[in-house]
Amino acid sequence: MNIQTSTTAPAVSITSLDKTYDTGFQALRGVDLTIRRGEIFALLGPNGAGKTTLIGTICGLVRPTGGQILVGGYDVLTEFRKTRAMIGLVPQELTTDRFETVWATVSFTRGLFGKPRNDKVIEKILRDLSLWDKRNEKLIALSGGMKRRVLIAKALSHEPSILFLDEPTAGVDVELRRDMWNVVRELREGGVTIILTTHYIEEAEEMADRIGVISNGQIILVEEKAELMRKLGRKYLAIQLQEPIAELPGDLAAMGLTLAETGDELRYSYDSQSDRTGIANLMAALNARGVRIKDLSTHQSSLEDIFIGLLRDRT
Amino acid sequence: MNFYAIKAIYTFEMARWWRTVTQSIISPVVSTSLYFVVFGAAIGSRIESVEGVSYAAFIVPGLIMLSLLQQSLSNASFAIYFPKFAGTVYEILSAPISHVETVISFVGAAATKSIILALIILVTANLFVEIHIQHPVWMVVFLVLTAVTFSLIGFIIGIWADGFEKLQLIPLLIVTPLAFLGGTFYSISMLPETWQTVALFNPVVYLVSGFRWSFYGVADVDIAISLGMTLVFMAVALAIITWIFKTGYKLRS
Ligand SMILES: Nc1ncnc2c1ncn2[C@@H]1O[C@H](COP(=O)(O)OP(=O)(O)OP(=O)(O)O)[C@@H](O)[C@H]1O
Ligand SMILES: [Mg+2]
Repeated sequence: MNIQTSTTAPAVSITSLDKTYDTGFQALRGVDLTIRRGEIFALLGPNGAGKTTLIGTICGLVRPTGGQILVGGYDVLTEFRKTRAMIGLVPQELTTDRFETVWATVSFTRGLFGKPRNDKVIEKILRDLSLWDKRNEKLIALSGGMKRRVLIAKALSHEPSILFLDEPTAGVDVELRRDMWNVVRELREGGVTIILTTHYIEEAEEMADRIGVISNGQIILVEEKAELMRKLGRKYLAIQLQEPIAELPGDLAAMGLTLAETGDELRYSYDSQSDRTGIANLMAALNARGVRIKDLSTHQSSLEDIFIGLLRDRT
Repeated sequence: MNFYAIKAIYTFEMARWWRTVTQSIISPVVSTSLYFVVFGAAIGSRIESVEGVSYAAFIVPGLIMLSLLQQSLSNASFAIYFPKFAGTVYEILSAPISHVETVISFVGAAATKSIILALIILVTANLFVEIHIQHPVWMVVFLVLTAVTFSLIGFIIGIWADGFEKLQLIPLLIVTPLAFLGGTFYSISMLPETWQTVALFNPVVYLVSGFRWSFYGVADVDIAISLGMTLVFMAVALAIITWIFKTGYKLRS
């Protein structure tokens, strides 16, 4: 591999990746996936879908049973020194050396990943993650959220160009989330590629450029977030009424209108991509009935709705 | 070579040891002193000398070897077992280090610790009985080879073990008995003839014999054979480790 390859190749490029555990369980089935340089990629999927396994194969924790993984154009098995040096990993489980200090454990990781000591870098990371005051404390004395911060600090200690966050915000308070996303944004601005898994779909919605959905060891969808929202997103129109009504007239219900429980709002759900949304007809019908409208607003379905819909469609 | 990684693991391991250094050092020193009181003073007063060496002095190399074997095994097996147990091994598995580098750092640290202890025991023993070392260079050679070999074996046990029981099993059931039967406290020539032959199947005999030769110039087996066997054990341990890493056995799922 020449240098050219490594600077133009995608951050991660996976082809026909299979993983069958020793138990005989097949956790990944023919996964093809390309992660672009500098993007934030969110991997969504239910428990046991294979997210952690997929990350494990890229980072060197899990041996693939088939297929190929390239990181920055280099094969993760034959050129693991190059690929692993590029990667920082924040694991899903909170595992720390209990009797080490924050400073020592973060510095240790930097060395482990082949970088010479650099106190300035470590200091910046600790400050960014609000860990600076705790630098001399033993890990055993830290709270869960603080340990999570330490794991993130460790993953960043060797200045990786690709960062994996495996459910970084599970069981984490608002403040840490905010700190973390600030760090992630800053990293992204510095050109770091970020791959995260999360169960908080609003997080993916807020942070990610692209979204992949994995289920039963298969990637069932990869899409630009905006595209995904546009393609699959159903919109609904909320019509606030001036006076509540007790019942929806039959012909209006037939048009697809529903009445909110409070009786003062009508909802009309439609596909924003279709040529005829039916809104004009609806308005005319409402007008004809003399329904007086206070306000109108449109709402887009969230990723969560899309995601649930996707999984439902497959089962 | 990822020297920064080797240094990181090595210093990490040494620092971990240093934190509990009093208990790491005091317990072997105390137990060695006890051996001296029991075997050296009590029994030694009834045994004049073995092959021209006073009994108390005769057992010193054996005692050092015994500690060296036990400490190398437990240091190395614990060093790799614990990260597995605690889950922190993910970091080592995802780091840009080769298997060779992993082994060098863990085994190097374990061997260093047990050699330091061996030297402390030597100094302690010197308080009880005057010791002259005839071949200091060879003494160091045997010390280092044995420490490294048994640290390698400890490393293998640490990778193989999936519970604390297994971690204790091999040292307790195999290595300690072999060490006691390996001429630690006596010369093989003191055994009946058939048992002398049986003893030659005990690897520890070669280690103790060679080590004792470096002190007093007397040995149960030829020094060249001792050295050769020590190297063979090391080669076997290395071969097993190579196999373990080739197959990814028990470290990567
Ligand atoms: N070491 C292992 N041996 C056998 N099966 C395993 C092993 N690790 C994971 N699995 C199985 O593989 C499947 C995928 O697990 P994985 O941890 O990748 O899921 P996940 O998508 O990360 O789930 P979660 O959201 O719960 O973290 C699960 O069914 C799990 O039981
Ligand atoms: Mg997971």
